[in-house]
Amino acid sequence: MRGAVGAEGEDQLVSATADSPHDALRVGGGPLDELLRGSLDHCVKCTICETACPVAAVTPLFPGPKYVGPQAERFRVAREPVAEWSVDYCSGCGICSTVCPQGVKIAELNARARARLKRQRGVPLRDRIITRPTLLGRLGTPLAPLANAALASRPLRILAEKTLGVHRDAPLPRFAGWRFSRWARARGGTLSPARTGARRQIVYFHGCGTEYYEPWEGRRMVELLEHLGFEVLVPPQDCCGLPLQSSGLFPDARRAVLRLARSLAGPGGLAAAGEQTLIVGNATSCTLMLKREALEILGLAGNPELELVSQRTYDICELLLELHHRGELRTDLQPLEETVAYHAPCQQQGHGIGKPALELLALIPGLEVRELSARCCGIAGTYGLKAEKHQIALDAGRELFEQVERSGATSVACDSDTCRWQITRATGRPAHHPIDYLYRAWGLERSVARNGP
Amino acid sequence: MSAAELGYDAVVIGAGTAGLTAACRLAEEGARVCVLAKGIGCTHLAAGTVDVLGYLPEAAAEPAPRQRPTGGPTAALVREPAAALPRLLAALPEHPYARTGRAALEEALAWLARTVLAGPLPGYRYLGGLERNRLLPTALGGLRPSALIPETFAAGDASALRRVAIVGSPALRDFHPRLCAENLRRTGVQARPLSVPLEFDRADASTLTLARRLDDRAFRARLCAELTPLLRDEEQVALPAALGLRDPHAVWSDLERRLGRAVFEIPTLPPSVPGMRLFEILSSALRRAGGRLALGAEVIGAQRRGARVHSVSVRAAGHERRYAAEVFVLASGGLASGAIELDSRWRASERVLGLALEGLPSAGERRFSPDYFGEHPFARVGVALGPQLWAREVENVLVAGAALPGALPWREGSGEGIALASGYRAAQLAIEAAGLARPARSPAGAVL
Repeated sequence: MRGAVGAEGEDQLVSATADSPHDALRVGGGPLDELLRGSLDHCVKCTICETACPVAAVTPLFPGPKYVGPQAERFRVAREPVAEWSVDYCSGCGICSTVCPQGVKIAELNARARARLKRQRGVPLRDRIITRPTLLGRLGTPLAPLANAALASRPLRILAEKTLGVHRDAPLPRFAGWRFSRWARARGGTLSPARTGARRQIVYFHGCGTEYYEPWEGRRMVELLEHLGFEVLVPPQDCCGLPLQSSGLFPDARRAVLRLARSLAGPGGLAAAGEQTLIVGNATSCTLMLKREALEILGLAGNPELELVSQRTYDICELLLELHHRGELRTDLQPLEETVAYHAPCQQQGHGIGKPALELLALIPGLEVRELSARCCGIAGTYGLKAEKHQIALDAGRELFEQVERSGATSVACDSDTCRWQITRATGRPAHHPIDYLYRAWGLERSVARNGP
Repeated sequence: MSAAELGYDAVVIGAGTAGLTAACRLAEEGARVCVLAKGIGCTHLAAGTVDVLGYLPEAAAEPAPRQRPTGGPTAALVREPAAALPRLLAALPEHPYARTGRAALEEALAWLARTVLAGPLPGYRYLGGLERNRLLPTALGGLRPSALIPETFAAGDASALRRVAIVGSPALRDFHPRLCAENLRRTGVQARPLSVPLEFDRADASTLTLARRLDDRAFRARLCAELTPLLRDEEQVALPAALGLRDPHAVWSDLERRLGRAVFEIPTLPPSVPGMRLFEILSSALRRAGGRLALGAEVIGAQRRGARVHSVSVRAAGHERRYAAEVFVLASGGLASGAIELDSRWRASERVLGLALEGLPSAGERRFSPDYFGEHPFARVGVALGPQLWAREVENVLVAGAALPGALPWREGSGEGIALASGYRAAQLAIEAAGLARPARSPAGAVL
């Protein structure tokens, strides 16, 4: 049943569970959904999630994760209209699930409730557009100078806000004008093992942020992994579907993530590599999507390709820290005499792996690292782009921005691209992926990195 | 690559008071330490005070008037924990305090007071020690004996409290001044309820909502303007424990100054604002010392090598992750957290590392008392121990907090004291046993 989820989308799934009074939780059907549903009964109403929610802290429009999750869920009954719409203001950051001491899947329940709400009330055109980074990237890349000028144009942004509801001040990325995958292909794929002395292979999941907006990050990833002795495979890939999922467009999100999983597991990826080969990504929210969110939120557990990809996927800092603990990470790092503030994004915290970037940055001689304790920058992917949520996102991130200002750091390290754009927009400080610092400290920086292949 | 494995000197399981204390102490001594926790622990649910010993169980009490205000039938109120501890230990030689030792308890209290001062909340202090308990009003108007308390609670000590206005608002559903005041009057305090109109932008305001608003000076000014004409001479002011999250010392001082009298906090239903402050203080101390904290990292089992635990498994997103260490501190909580479980077939188990339990009533013996506040024999269950805080079954696991056997924390009023002392002592034992102390490492950087 679940393997068949796809093109036909919600209608088929809802009718399959018509006898259940709680179809909102059964969009996927099957034991995993029972697990999500069951986690509801583990809620002891301790309110710990409420203390950690960055959105409820700043707006009354969102009453809090416990209220809209484990409490309101009991009133969402099949075939009855949803009367409670505040779940739309959940940003989907996932902190509630991370801090819950009882293992309640609060954010996951809320993501499903949001999807059901969208089905009932309709999806704004805006949400159908901004959730498709691959489409936008393909359109925008060849026209990058024009598209970037348009995105920077005040009158056009005001127009976009009025017509589409994309906030005029939202931190939209600029098109790089070149695509990472083209660079990787032009390079003839990876360098041969003979040249790099590669001892093992790894599949690189770059995601669409790297593909269209920060292709230099992908280049750094490849060069850094090769520096560490990996042969890097780059199968063709598009968006993981996370933006679609967080806007409640589940059928489209399922198609996107399953297509990606097929490619990562397929002949250009895992299938071409040795047993136990890992997938590594630099977009922390997208690696979390592959590891867990697609399985749990989209109800895709049991899909063999996605299950395989889920088990093999690593966040880059997670991988590097593990190599370090095995004594397999090169430690010939050159000093960087500067101060950096580190922010672990909510989605990175959702991995349940702590903050590996901190331990990695601490390896760099001379680098002063200031750990920021504020939990969230507010953007939550596309949440803060939406006109009606932009101010909420800024308010949610205010404590973080103030900490950045006070930190005395010249730059901010952060594992997620949309968080970096938000932080830079709000503080004026440049923000980089943690691996950028390692890349420099290993002496891999070349002047062309930002300007194109 | 095979199953992910990371290596630390010490791994602490649980991020409540016991776990964070153990981890802080280990990290401060230079050990590489990582805390693994399913989620945030007991701090956010408890009052933020350190109750060391509030009542002596019947076995340890001398024939004395029974004073428990909440009506428990058999426990005697402790006014001086320092004097009562020897009696407790003489009667209950297996009590956790017998295993931590009194010195560790005293050092732990002093350490916490210092850590609060060094923490991220400027000027915020904890007061007290083992010499005497303060009797603090609860939200129901009972009195709770506590040894080490936030300064913002101090004026509530019923031994000095004469006249007090208990202030609430119809907008706050979790705090009922009349209920509190009427009960408090039975203990001899001249308490009266006061209600002020507070405006929140949400219908479901909790003390957390109030705490966030009170961080704002203008809101405090409005509250004080409402309150001042209602107050009588020489009357103190009690408010629900919500006097600020980011800078409670400033919020509390500002209210005292504006109102011209002593102001104190009364703990409420969760979320506990003073408990959130304590979590901030301890987790910040851990960061300063270079320790690591992973939330959403539930430990689901252990790999043993002979009599030692080699590593523990964490259910991380996507794949299992293993953490190897010289020493493990199990501070996962007890029955309340779910770390110790009694199933419907009356089988009790330790769910995190699968360790043997002790203190279980044997077959045919009574497990529970019919009285809610009675002495439930089952409640003394905990991880089976060898010497001190070491788990009996394996060589390198220390146990701290509510996973320890032999205590009845909610009857004794001893939960936080046991957590703090055993967390502190577990770190000492780990350092002695495994030689983990190193020259102080340069911390990973200042923490904001």
